[in-house]
Amino acid sequence: MARVNDVGGMAGFPPIVEEPDEPRFHSDWEAHVFALNGALIRRGVYNLDEFRDAIERMPPQEYLASSYYEKWFTAITTLLVEKGVATAEELAVPDDHTH
Amino acid sequence: MSGDHGSSVISAHVREVEALLEERGLLDDGEIDRRIDEFAAGGSPANGARVVARAWVDPGFAERLLADANAALPEVGLSMSGGLQEQRLKVVANSATEHHVVVCTLCSCYPIALLGPSPSWYKSEAYRSRVVRDPRGVLREFGVELPAATRISVWDASAESRYMVVPRRPEGTEALSEDALAGLVSRKGLIGTALV
Repeated sequence: MARVNDVGGMAGFPPIVEEPDEPRFHSDWEAHVFALNGALIRRGVYNLDEFRDAIERMPPQEYLASSYYEKWFTAITTLLVEKGVATAEELAVPDDHTH
Repeated sequence: MSGDHGSSVISAHVREVEALLEERGLLDDGEIDRRIDEFAAGGSPANGARVVARAWVDPGFAERLLADANAALPEVGLSMSGGLQEQRLKVVANSATEHHVVVCTLCSCYPIALLGPSPSWYKSEAYRSRVVRDPRGVLREFGVELPAATRISVWDASAESRYMVVPRRPEGTEALSEDALAGLVSRKGLIGTALV
């Protein structure tokens, strides 16, 4: 069965929007997520196919609601838990600790 | 955007994960900044433009480029091996009868070594979903109006295979140097959503 990322030919998405003079990254954290992923792949914590798979198996609602680098960060934390590097609790959103 | 609440939450979260990975010996001090700097110094559309300009002035190179781009790139000092894994590159050339456009319907595969980081529209579900169904309509929105008889080929990139378009050389550019020709080529031209 197709996953949510398999959007080729699907109707109903909003119009294509071009951003003039778009920067490489829209905020500092995006650059950090990009670099973090490269570092972990080069270290062999996971590979590129596992990373892509971790994005593509996100729950559809979450996938569609997330920005590009939010998807990357979700995939990174998913894989860090699955590879036993850290627990889900250790990787929880910082705000959650105060709840 | 960087000042809003959502962004500051994720920013703090990313820093926490980095700190934890440093603690566990999976990240070196300063490694992230070093990688960001390396990336900033890496690929840009100027690389792809240089390839196109060479193809315009050197028919032999154009032929080799279209036949086996990975083998031809070193002739202009470039390669596809700079990223996390070497990717196959296929270069396709626009003609009077055919126009090419590139997408990655599944995610965002893109020849970063030749084009730099991809624009957000390339990664959007909007572009990925529509350009394969209605390429002519999408190209029109980008301001590219093609004659009805022009065939449009859409290339769907994958993890292993990336694509780049050689636009048609504009008329009246016979006297321009290779460098000046490269200056005419835009990122969108290399993706196929602009004529040059």
